[in-house]
Formats: sequence, C-alpha cells, structure tokens
Amino acid sequence: MAYAATADHVHIEDHPTGWRRWVLSTNHKDIGTMYILFGAFGALFGSVLSLLIRLQLAHPGGTLLAGGEFQIYNVVITAHGLLMIFFFVMPVLIGGFGNWFVPLMIGAPDMAFPRLNNISFWLLIPSLILLTLSIVVGSGAGTGWTFYPPLSSVGQPGAAVDFMLVSLHLAGASSILGAINFITTIFNMRAPGMTMHKVPLFVWGMLVTAFLLLLAVPVLAGAITMLLTDRGFGTTFFEPGGGGDPLLFQHLFWFFGHPEVYIMILPAFGVISQVISTFARKPVFGYLGMAYAMVSIGVIGFVVWAHHMFAVGLDVNVNAYFTAATLIIAVPTGIKIFSWIATMWGGSLTFETPMLYAVGFIILFVIGGVTGVTLANGGVDISLHDTYFVVAHFHYVLSMGALFGIFAGFYYWFPKMTGKMIPNWMGNIHFWITFIGVNVIFFPMHFLGLAGMPRRIPDYPEAFSGWNYIASIGALMTFAGAIYFAFIVFYGFKWGKKAPANPWGEGATTLEWTLSSPPPFHTFETQPHIS
Amino acid sequence: MGDKIIKRHQMGKTLAITLCSLFFPTCATAAFPKPWQMYYQEPATPVMEYLYDFHATLLWIEGGIVLLVATLLIVVIARFRASRNKTASKTSHNTLLEIIWTAIPVLVLVFIAFPSFKLLYMMDVTPKSELTIKAIGNQWYWTYEYPDQEIRFDSNMLAENQMKPGQFRLLEVDNRVMVPTNTNVRVITTSTDVLHSWAVPAFGVKRDSVPGRLNETWFNVKKEGVYYGQCSELCGVKHGFMPIVVEAVSPEKFNEWVASKKSAPRTHSGG
Repeated sequence: MAYAATADHVHIEDHPTGWRRWVLSTNHKDIGTMYILFGAFGALFGSVLSLLIRLQLAHPGGTLLAGGEFQIYNVVITAHGLLMIFFFVMPVLIGGFGNWFVPLMIGAPDMAFPRLNNISFWLLIPSLILLTLSIVVGSGAGTGWTFYPPLSSVGQPGAAVDFMLVSLHLAGASSILGAINFITTIFNMRAPGMTMHKVPLFVWGMLVTAFLLLLAVPVLAGAITMLLTDRGFGTTFFEPGGGGDPLLFQHLFWFFGHPEVYIMILPAFGVISQVISTFARKPVFGYLGMAYAMVSIGVIGFVVWAHHMFAVGLDVNVNAYFTAATLIIAVPTGIKIFSWIATMWGGSLTFETPMLYAVGFIILFVIGGVTGVTLANGGVDISLHDTYFVVAHFHYVLSMGALFGIFAGFYYWFPKMTGKMIPNWMGNIHFWITFIGVNVIFFPMHFLGLAGMPRRIPDYPEAFSGWNYIASIGALMTFAGAIYFAFIVFYGFKWGKKAPANPWGEGATTLEWTLSSPPPFHTFETQPHIS
Repeated sequence: MGDKIIKRHQMGKTLAITLCSLFFPTCATAAFPKPWQMYYQEPATPVMEYLYDFHATLLWIEGGIVLLVATLLIVVIARFRASRNKTASKTSHNTLLEIIWTAIPVLVLVFIAFPSFKLLYMMDVTPKSELTIKAIGNQWYWTYEYPDQEIRFDSNMLAENQMKPGQFRLLEVDNRVMVPTNTNVRVITTSTDVLHSWAVPAFGVKRDSVPGRLNETWFNVKKEGVYYGQCSELCGVKHGFMPIVVEAVSPEKFNEWVASKKSAPRTHSGG
C-alpha cells in the first residue's frame, strides 16, 4: 500500500503551554503521551507486586506476605491483576498507542471528540487513587481480581472492596468513553481514499477493541453496581439467602471478562502486523483475512464466557456448547499466526528490536494459544481449572502476548513519538533478558498446574518447591530487565540520536512515517489523499 | 559432599521418573505431588485415566503445532534475512494457501472435539451410585456427611506440630474421607459461606462448592491408597490451608470403619 500523502505542517493558533497543555489537553498526541506515562507507572506498581508474590512463593513456608493470616498476600494478588489489566495494558495499548497512531494512520487531524478524550484520561487518575486506597484501607481487598461473591460481599467487610469496585466503575467509564471516541473517529474521519479495506491493521485492531469495550464494559458496570448494593444497601442479587445466586455474578463478570482478554490482545495483534510488515519490507499477507479474523475473534469472544466456569456445576450440554465455541476461536487465531509467517516469507528481513519482539510474540503466543486449546475442553479443564496451568496459560498470552506487543510498539514508535533513536543493541539486550526471564517464570508453572498446585495459595506443599523456586529466579531476572528498560528509555531521551521522519526504511508505509519525528503539534491540517 | 551426591542422585531420579511419566504413562506412581513433578499424578479413576490419555493426545497435537510454527520461523529467519534476500517479494495473497490454513485447523479441532465431548459426558453422568458423600465447604475446613450411614465429621488441616513423620505439610488432615474401592461414589458439594471447590487431582474431580446450591460429581477409585487434593477456589485468608484427603480402602475395611464411627460418640459436628 503506497500512500501519497501531503502533510502540511502549519500550526499557528492554539498551542497551549505549561500545565494547561496537559491538564486541559484536547490533543490526541499529548493525551496519548499521558496515557503511556500513566501506564508505565501502573506497570511499575504491578511489577513490584508481582515480585512480592514471587518472593513470597520462592520457598515453602514464606512469611513475606503473611500479615493478617495471609490477607496481605490475597490483597497483593488482587491488586497485581487489576493494575496490570486496567492500569498498564489497557492504558498503554488503547489509550497510548491508540490515541497517538489511530488519527495519524487514517490521516485525521485528531480524535473525533477531543474533550471526551481528555475526560477519558483524567478519569483514570481518581480510579488509580481509589484502587491504591483499596490496598491500604482496613485489611485491603483480598478477593482476587475476579472478586467473586460471596467472598467479595459478605466475606470482606470494610471499605476496601467498595473502593476497588468504584475504582473499576471509573476505569470502565473511561474505557466506554474512549471506545465511543475511537469508533467515531475510525468510521468518520478517514482521509479521502482511505477506505475501510485500506486502513492499517492496527486501526482494525483498535476498531474491534473499541466495539468489545462498548459492549462488554457496561455489563461489568451492572455487575459491580449490583455487588455494591449487595454490600451496602441490603440487596441480595448474589446472595442465596435472599433468593440471589452467586453464579449470576460469574456469568455477568465473564460476559465482560472474556471479551476483556481480547481487548488486551487485539491492539497487540495490530501492532505486530505493522511491525512485521515493516521489517519484512512486504505488505501484510492476506490483509482482508487478517482484518476479518480480528472481527470474528471479537464476535466469537462474546459467546464463550462460561469456559471460565466449567467447574461451577453448569448443565453438561451447556459445558459442551462452550467447549465447542471456545475451540472455534483457534481458527481465526491460527489464520493470524500463519499470515504473519507468510508476511515474512519472501521478505527482506532485518531484526531491529521491534521485530525481535514481534517474532518472540509469535512463538510465545502460539504456546499460550495451544494451552488455551487444552483448557477449552471442558473435561480436561476440570483437572486444570484454578491451578497454575491456568496461570501459565494466561501469562503466556498476556504477560508475553500483550507485553511483547507493547514492547514491539514502544520500540517501533519511540522514534516517532520522541524524535530520538534508541540504540538497537541496547533494545536487543532488553529483548533477550525479557524473553528468557518470562519463560523461566511461566514455563515451570505448567508443570506445577499439571501436578495439581492450586492458584492463589500463599504457601504450598514442599513437593512444589522446586519449580516455584525456578519461577522466582525468572521473576528477579525479568524485574532486572524492567529496570534496564527504564535506563534505556532514559538513555534514549538524553543521548539518543535524532530520529529521521522514517527510521525504518521502505517497509514503513503507513501515514505516520510521512510526518516529521516528532510530529508537529497539529497534524494533517490539510487532508492527505490516499491513492 | 556425600550428601550432595546422594541429593543430586535423588534429584536425577525424580527427574527421570517425571520425564518417564511424561512419555510412558504406566510407570508413574503417585497419589500426591512429588518434587519436580512435571505431569499429572497417577490416575486413580476411569475418568482420570481417560482424561490422562486424552490430554496426552492433545499434548502431541499441540506440541506438533508449536514445533511447526517454530520451524517455519527458523526457516523464514534463515532464508529471508536481508543479507540473504536483498529484495522482498510483493506477494500478498494466495487464496489456496489461506483456505488450507483455515480448513486444516478446523479438521484438527473436530478431531479433538469428539473425545472431548465423550470425557465431558463421562464426568457428568454418575453411573448408579452405591455411596453418597456430602462435602460441605466452610471457612476454612471441610465437613463431610455420609447421609445413608448417618456419619458426619469435620476435616481440618493438621498443623505442623500435629504431623507424624512422613506426612505432608499443608496436605494432611485430622479426619480423612473414607471410601471403598471399586464403588461408584457420588459426591454432593455445597458451602455454608463463600465459594470453595472440592478437588482431588488423581480422581479427575473438581467441583465448586456454592452456597445455596448442591453440585454433584462422582468417582470410582480402583486402588487402595491415600489421595490428596486442595481447595481450588479462592475462599479467603486460609484458602491454602483446607486440604482434602480421601482414603480408599477395601469394602470390608470400609464397613468396619462405618461401624466404628457409628458406635463412637460423634466428634465436633458443629460446622
């Protein structure tokens, strides 16, 4: 796809400075930058908690998080999950990269609703404050990130869980508003000639993600509202004593929760497609198949929720249906994997840091994908449900899938966003530390799960100590990698060479590379035309 | 020094056993997890045997997929790196190829689905049950009832200072669930407070205990032995400390146990 773009860099009026530029920002690039910084903070917060978890579990009989009869451990695992999902992966991929690059890729001057964009971001700040309060108020919220009642209703008195639920309400509102903004922008603000079948795959990924958010998050909002009234106002939606049903909550939660996992991975799919096409110097293979694979993953993602509930005692025919529906998701996912490889096939490949992360993504996502096929089988899942096998599976698709997508995108777009280059060799070292580190953490967890170790336990029988110790070593290694990454970013800002408009060569064909690095405050004030 | 060698030798042995159990299902022996275990515990029921074999099939298929993708990636990286391939091709479509990589996964999934459904229905449908046990989850111990034998007792984890040598920390309880071998045992599970989950890995059994609901599952243990499991749904601060221990004995011994339980005064049956 070759775009003939004329980017006219005129910026005369309205270029606010100082605190007004950020707090009152309506500029998609500034808001994107704030999202990325916010996400980096969430990542640091969540990573420190994960390190605490691994230190607690490094040896049997750990006492690091033993406070309050291990309530502290439960609080830490809860906050770790929520932080990584709502305050790291989503803000960086959707708010950060989405805000920055959706308008640039479709040739739009900004998002459709700039003020809505501002409130979407700023809602996250009180949301994070409330989540932090839920860690420290009283004995903290130790419900797990899925906060199933009755543990989250009658089982956890005190205000902590209420803080957590209101925090999620705000994060959810932020997501819904952001989703409306993305859908409107992508449908209405494409430059002339940029038809839906020409928009880059990252934009397709964001479009499907936005629809998932718009349809799934309100269901979560309903569930947490009911939980809040159960807790505080005497309703009994989920309370069997009053005619309610704890399983109703699980249905509602996973009707949101399963699309949520695709919300985290689809933007990463988009990033990987851009990166692979760029460094293979070839257009994406099977573009339409790739776009509609994402659409079908999004659609099927809404009808598979009860595969998280195979052990709760649903009717066997229901379990059979959810087994079949879940297996089907492997088909569009397979299309994507094979198309990425076919994109590389016949290409002229170079392995700059983003490409290393993209190739790493493919292999690790395939490992996480096939264990997903194992777990999709309702019968087999009975032996693995709520064990470390599940922990291994979802960290392979998220902590390696989504995270590698984030790193690929970060190294890919860092020159565009900042105008500075990060030396390749520095990023490559970071890749190898991370790649080895995360595998050392999570691969042994498959063994632990198969051997029967339940998840969310703060101490374990001695038999599980070997692989747990290995996993903890991996966590230290990965954390060291994260500190090194912070140094790389600092280095890039301080000493990085000046980035040209297009540092990646002829493979980088999307519109953002036609702009200077960093792009001017206002872009595409004259519409580009796509031939 | 000598200790070290022996330790290393033992480690090698357990590794060999686990690796061996990975490839030759018959040589594994365990009703409890072993150090460095890498795979399932030895199946103790027909359901778990079927699950074990089906999982092995899955492992071969999935291992093959991972290997295929890894091979393709290595080939691509070797053949099409810029130093070997200066100019990129412009191919971006191949309808036949796209149909193939859609159709073949569908066939593989159909191949998986049949045994998967068989396992699912096998787990669900209790054959004519000969003994019923009620497992009631509480924060943080299990209460067991044998309604037909009028037996009821609590099962608490043994603290470290109560343990006898050879018992497993965090896995041993004061009162084990006794069941006869080669008997269809129906388990009814529920909870008095929050969610719990009654699970025994060697049986292929895991069922959530939900307040206000009676969930049912079943097992039929073939061999006498002691089988260990742990609560498998986060239930609060002592979630990791309410293990499940099932002891399978011959039907005669089981009857003796029932008789002794009935004559003995009922112990702390509060719950």
